[in-house]
Amino acid sequence: MIVRLERIWKYFGSFPALKDINLDIREGEILSIIGSSGAGKTTLLRIISMLDMPDKGVYYLKGKENTYSIEQRRSVTMVFQKPVIFNTSVYKNIEFGLKVRGVENGEARKRVKEALSMVGLEDYAKRRAKTLSGGEQQRVAIARAVAVKPELIVLDEPTANLDPQNIKVIEDIIKKMAEQGITVVFSTHNMFQAKRIAERVVHLHEGKIVEVGNVKKIFENPSSEVTKKFLSGELFY
Amino acid sequence: MLIDIITSEEVLEIALRSIKVSGIATLLALGYSIPVAMAIGFFRFPGRDYLKSFFNAMIGVPTVVLGLILYLMLAPNGILGRLGLLYTEMGISIGQSLLISPIIVSFVSNSIEAVEKEIRELALTLGATDFQASIAMIKEASSGVLLSAIAAFNRAIAELGIALMIGGNIFVRGGQNTRVLTTAMQMYVSRGEIEIAIALGLILMAIVFIISYLSNTVHTYLRGET
Repeated sequence: MIVRLERIWKYFGSFPALKDINLDIREGEILSIIGSSGAGKTTLLRIISMLDMPDKGVYYLKGKENTYSIEQRRSVTMVFQKPVIFNTSVYKNIEFGLKVRGVENGEARKRVKEALSMVGLEDYAKRRAKTLSGGEQQRVAIARAVAVKPELIVLDEPTANLDPQNIKVIEDIIKKMAEQGITVVFSTHNMFQAKRIAERVVHLHEGKIVEVGNVKKIFENPSSEVTKKFLSGELFY
Repeated sequence: MLIDIITSEEVLEIALRSIKVSGIATLLALGYSIPVAMAIGFFRFPGRDYLKSFFNAMIGVPTVVLGLILYLMLAPNGILGRLGLLYTEMGISIGQSLLISPIIVSFVSNSIEAVEKEIRELALTLGATDFQASIAMIKEASSGVLLSAIAAFNRAIAELGIALMIGGNIFVRGGQNTRVLTTAMQMYVSRGEIEIAIALGLILMAIVFIISYLSNTVHTYLRGET
């Protein structure tokens, strides 16, 4: 188990955005978090990524209680829904995480090259990242996350607002990440995407996990009434 | 005629002194103004808006007023008279650094505020420490830092009040001179030697343009743009 969340609560003011979340994330799996807008997907991902801390509950990382040390933070990387890009070249964007870890230049060059190759942007190293298209920027963001070789990558709706071609490219990259042994957690409000690439699915509804299970079980035989409604399109997403 | 004046030893010495004095002033001001700008840009604290307004207002402070205040402080019987900074290059640099500090604080704090807040989170999620994340934000705001440095240097090298009151426009061969381009221009105009004043003005303009061009080139290179 790479991550175990026990009885996690998160509040915004007095509003509980996450309610009593219990979740195990298995090493090497692709886990999808589905749910309608406002269900708490991003809040949960931010807690998993250690960008936010829960108000209540315990976060275990690789069996140990999370103290949010720099070493623990460096084992998880998040890719945001809207690609956030440093105002510099593609190369320097991807190199950032390696530099802050003190990776020496030769090794950094090799890893940037590998990451660019993985996302199909080999010839883009010198391009100014902010001039790229939305899909290309998201690929840079993913390459940047992969280059630091985290144990867990968290992607928040990585294909939102992308065209079908770029969606396919990003989904293929997610599969490649898993092949390399990286645990992947991604959120989506597109249940078909979860079905295509995830191994397990978590259905989050109004801040609560209403169903967890493997893809086949969730899509063919959901036990929760809310999940049944979500899959049949009765809930807005 | 103009070329002869521009290339004369005396004029070149004055021009180099101007660059040196205002360059030191800019470095000094950057040194203590950037931390202030970072505090204003990064943190929310009581009185922050008043502090911002103060620095914004100080951008327009008349150089003669600041020059007079500094003169009274640095004069032999002034509270800082013991420092012996009156009629020295360092005295002018310190005075100019105080003049340009508000420009740097305002430009840099506004640039930091304009950087997407997600940049900090991005740096953190990529494994940066809090300090490294702050540096990443400063780098994102580097256009503002550079612009502030150029604007500050240009304001320093072009001002007259402080250079005249603190420096005294001293020029003696082989002595401790304080004559800079602006004080020299003022002197030559008052003497009616307009050609020399024009030549000095051209040099001043050339310095301003060259410094701006070089700064932009270095900035582009550092960003890794092709």
